[in-house]
Amino acid sequence: MIEKALKGSSVYWGWVIFLLCIIGAGFLAYLYQLKVGLGITGMSRDISWGVYIAQFTYFVGVAAGAVMLVIPKYLHHYTKYAKVVVFGEFLAIAAVVMCLLFIVVDIGQPMRMMNVVLHPTPHSMLFYDMIVLNGYLIINIICGYNTLLADKKGLPCPGWVKPFIYLSIPWAISIHTVTAFLYAGLPGRHFWLTAIMAPRFLASAFAAGPSLLVMILLFVRKVTKFDAGEEALQNIARTICYAMIVNFFFMGMEFFTAFYSNIPGHKATLEYLFWGIGEYGNLVPFMRACIVIGFAGIFILLVPPIRRRPLWLAIGCACVFLATWIDKGVGLVIGGFIPNPLEVITEYHPTFPEITIATAIWAVGGLILTVLYKVTISVREEEQRV
Amino acid sequence: MSMDRRKFLKVAGLSTLIGLGGGSAFELLRPGKVDAEMEHEGHHGGHHGEAHEKAEEAGPKTRWAMLIDMKAITKEKAEKIIHVCHHIHNVPDWGNPKDEIKWVWEDEYEHVFTDSYNEYDEVLEKLPFLLMCNHCDEPPCARVCPVEATFRRPDGIVAQDYHRCIGCRFCMAACPYGSRSFNWLDPRIKLKEEMAKKGRKLNKKFPTRMRGVVEKCNFCVERLAEGKQPGCVEACPDVMHFGNLADENSNVRKILRERVSLRRKLELGTKPSVFYLV
Ligand code: SF4
Ligand code: SF4
Repeated sequence: MIEKALKGSSVYWGWVIFLLCIIGAGFLAYLYQLKVGLGITGMSRDISWGVYIAQFTYFVGVAAGAVMLVIPKYLHHYTKYAKVVVFGEFLAIAAVVMCLLFIVVDIGQPMRMMNVVLHPTPHSMLFYDMIVLNGYLIINIICGYNTLLADKKGLPCPGWVKPFIYLSIPWAISIHTVTAFLYAGLPGRHFWLTAIMAPRFLASAFAAGPSLLVMILLFVRKVTKFDAGEEALQNIARTICYAMIVNFFFMGMEFFTAFYSNIPGHKATLEYLFWGIGEYGNLVPFMRACIVIGFAGIFILLVPPIRRRPLWLAIGCACVFLATWIDKGVGLVIGGFIPNPLEVITEYHPTFPEITIATAIWAVGGLILTVLYKVTISVREEEQRV
Repeated sequence: MSMDRRKFLKVAGLSTLIGLGGGSAFELLRPGKVDAEMEHEGHHGGHHGEAHEKAEEAGPKTRWAMLIDMKAITKEKAEKIIHVCHHIHNVPDWGNPKDEIKWVWEDEYEHVFTDSYNEYDEVLEKLPFLLMCNHCDEPPCARVCPVEATFRRPDGIVAQDYHRCIGCRFCMAACPYGSRSFNWLDPRIKLKEEMAKKGRKLNKKFPTRMRGVVEKCNFCVERLAEGKQPGCVEACPDVMHFGNLADENSNVRKILRERVSLRRKLELGTKPSVFYLV
């Protein structure tokens, strides 16, 4: 089946080579980082996590988002998703691999990685994160591969896979909950210390993952013979829209609690992110754009006549994807460190090598996705011909 | 523990809870309050961590603590302490805030007591506060570490294993006092440079670190093991006082009985072992 990834048009190969080049550049940058140390990044004593961990957090959400297809398909037998569910599972695989890579490049002593397994530490949330992420990867490989294989043979999915599919549902919730707990359990980081962190993570995940998926499926419909089905796309778009509304609602609650209580520690990061404090306001344009773009996305996806036009559907999803990315992949992690525990502001400026490495990991995700989707689409195209 | 004192504690605790107490972090330890706290923990099954219980089983309770006398400190003494500590522990001087490593450093009242800063206190405002790891009794840094590279020893010292640390920096996010530093670059390169250019001498008895690991003040465990006092205490014995908080008759307990003291961010429940005598 995998051999299908090797037969493609010149555009396909051009894209693959393009991704490989980015990965190569990132690899070189990573060698440089290994040699010199994490000092080549923009991180500092005050901003001790940067682009890497922020992207990690965002892609855990993208991975978890796949469950929005699995639930209707397997719990409600919504057959319109039958053809697309495997795309969700493969998206999850690519996203989890990206997450793991972001962790690897972020740690200072990657050679000691296995210490996490050798010295299991159940009181650390990172320990659970390792378990749930690797578990989710395996579950999705099992489910995705077998669903596709069964499809190819024109048979229903084998019975033993079913339990894994059901397991993937709570598991998807768990990966993002545990990731939220990395932040929400730290004393003294007011911005993160909020019980709504996990629900908000999930809401934004259920918007982010599916919105990426819809964009890809629209693209696939345009360039191949595979059509995910208009109704399926419209329904995913509805899910995205509601999830995004809930996400913004939760964000609004953070604002209320901070500003109505008027507690300085709770307000500080929000003030920094959306208005800037004194001369410091690097992230203000991003965060404001996030709100505007996010609402635009909600509007486009909420109004049926607009949403039904493929181009607008794509734009709406792009808006949601971008807004959730700014919110979680930029503001949330960096913002948590500003101001620092001594209430001093240090800003964060990612460096070129750092961005190169992060981009390369995006490219790895893109490559995995490309190959898996290529195989899937080839199988689907064969089906349609028969 | 007399009834009165216990009642006082209850009232104090409650009023803090509902926000009447004013500055909860800015704990004005009444003389004798620590005794009450310790007794409470020891005999009345008060809330205490697992590490605490283990320590109790292990025999005589030791909990090392540092007292910093803000009436005796001066700018010069603070600088001397920083210099001595960083030389004993081979801490390189990167000279920029991005890469810097600091075990003990100086900052203003406003930044040290963020949650209880009293802008009308013109005395405290002028003092050079020394900051270091608080060797919390309930250390969040140790709680989050995925490999137990940072852990609370039975004697209360929060130690760091440079050979196990994977450099994930979770502990830096977790420490509410900003006490931890990460080796972003190779500290040995910098130390060599300082040795060549500034004639700096290495302390052969203390290991240098590799890059990619976290470090912080260790209450001079290596010196305690030799029966010595921590370096800062030796440098300025009139400012720094080190002793066993668990021993009622120790030097630190005697001082705490007589002086008013502050601890940082008490509302977080970390139970710091560094006290500021004001
Ligand atoms: S002050 Fe910070 S580093 Fe030190 S024990 Fe407490 S939490 Fe850990
Ligand atoms: S950086 Fe080292 S000490 Fe800190 S949490 Fe990670 S492994 Fe533990």
